[in-house]
Amino acid sequence: MNEKKILPLTGAYAAAEAMRQINPDVVAAYPITPQTPIVERFAQFVADGIVDTEMIRVESEHSAMSACVGASAAGARVMTATSSAGLALMWEVLGVASGLRLPIVMNIANRALSAPINIHCDHSDSMGARDLSWIQIYSENAQEVYEHNLLAIRLAEHKDVLLPVMVCQDGFITSHGVENVGIFPDDIVRNFVGEYEPEKFLLNINDPVTFGPLELTDYYFETKRQQEEAMDKARKIFLEIGKELSRITGREYGYFEAYETKDADVIIVVMNSTAGTAKVVVDRMRADGKKVGVLKIRLFRPFPYEEIADVLKNAKVIGVLDRSMSFGANAPIYSEIKNSLYDSERKPKLQSYIFGLGGREIYERDIEKVFEELLEGKVSNKKKYVGLRE
Amino acid sequence: MKDIFEIRIHGRGGQGAKTAAQLIVESALVKGKHIQAFPEYGPERSGAPMVTFARISDKPIRTYQPVTNPDVVMVIDPTLLDIVDVTKGLDEQNGVLIVNTPKSPEKIKEKTGFKGRTCTVDATGISIDLLGVNMPNTPILGALIKATEILEIKDIEEKIRERFLKKIGEEKTNANIQCVRRAYNEVKES
Repeated sequence: MNEKKILPLTGAYAAAEAMRQINPDVVAAYPITPQTPIVERFAQFVADGIVDTEMIRVESEHSAMSACVGASAAGARVMTATSSAGLALMWEVLGVASGLRLPIVMNIANRALSAPINIHCDHSDSMGARDLSWIQIYSENAQEVYEHNLLAIRLAEHKDVLLPVMVCQDGFITSHGVENVGIFPDDIVRNFVGEYEPEKFLLNINDPVTFGPLELTDYYFETKRQQEEAMDKARKIFLEIGKELSRITGREYGYFEAYETKDADVIIVVMNSTAGTAKVVVDRMRADGKKVGVLKIRLFRPFPYEEIADVLKNAKVIGVLDRSMSFGANAPIYSEIKNSLYDSERKPKLQSYIFGLGGREIYERDIEKVFEELLEGKVSNKKKYVGLRE
Repeated sequence: MKDIFEIRIHGRGGQGAKTAAQLIVESALVKGKHIQAFPEYGPERSGAPMVTFARISDKPIRTYQPVTNPDVVMVIDPTLLDIVDVTKGLDEQNGVLIVNTPKSPEKIKEKTGFKGRTCTVDATGISIDLLGVNMPNTPILGALIKATEILEIKDIEEKIRERFLKKIGEEKTNANIQCVRRAYNEVKES
């Protein structure tokens, strides 16, 4: 492990610190709301000459992602950040980035989508983009945001992956909350991150290539099949790069963190900052002899079905807490958990919970109540809502 | 003793409640503590009531729920006493209420109905006196230091120097430090 500097940073500034160390060739971003302080801080690094990055301020997020696509196709290492409606406005171009196999890394501060107008934490933005062939990594705290960025850039640029990556953190709760963040020395991080050396890129005049040609009934399907292949490969490569990063940070980067799950009767599945709150509840309930645990998902795309089923199958009851909805259908995480367990011989009971939409506060007592309910075996095939006025 | 020391600061947008929380936790971080500081975000409007939180602990802080049972409540703007239930969740046995006001702690107890330890300091008066502007957020930190053992005055002084020196120069930085010291000495408690 290496000597790290402990700084008081928000999740947004932790992302910017990672970007400073990565020193991307191009950052294209929309500079005002719903932008995050990530870009504000990074723009300061650019202005101060601390990084060599070409910063492109554009007139919309659609243009931001378009500029990222162009720069990445040209052969640059590219990063950006957005949130909420900004991500929504990028939608069309998100698919272009992944379809062209461009390893762009984008930080997301997860925030609600309009309407009604709301600025607070909610996972609807990135969950809505879950089927656009972007790898998605979710972060519990600012420390994870920092480290996930380092992992993400290597994963995206791996020659067998070449897919864009979103590094997600909870809007405001993480992005604007100050906490202790350990920053590893620049030289060690830069050595880990390395230089981006694309095999094919537009500015290589010795090996001319076309990006984004027309593919109709002839080849489109095959191209999409290749994206799936890349996602599949990303699973293993995620773990490999994670192991390498562990040697610097001393922390582990599994697909998920299984907290007190081994002998647990009840497990709650949750992502981002609420996993931290849930762990506090687990410790308290464990002290009272209650066998409860938390499964915090780190890698949501590609989804680690088998490994998750392996952790969950021995529990009696699983509660899945989603901070977004898929209206008229099962909530995103709940769906995947249910899918994971279909092939399992042992099938725990499942309950879907929706919580925290639009930043509605989630308290330890709420999570404790969910655990108590599940310990009593109270499950149904209907969604339940935490902290909602009915 | 709780594992985590929790502070809730009531202010109005633009009064520097966020900066106050940040100065507190950054000073604690230097002492090797684990920290959290986070505002309760609304659309940021100058003058609107707002709340910000700080947590300090010897162990890593994993919870992300808003602070429900603070050890200390600091009220930067005394007019909030009329419109916000500032003592909500504040324990009368162990909690401390700190209010920026020229009034006596007894008067504040009467007004809020809070029966626990109450401290008052005229942070506004001190800041107008020494800084020439109404910025009570740094002086009130002197009251926090006096009322609790969470930080020492030199911790905050170092942070103020580090944070302000480049921005506002030697003279104003020293004036800010003077504010903290004077507030520390002038706190009234009941």
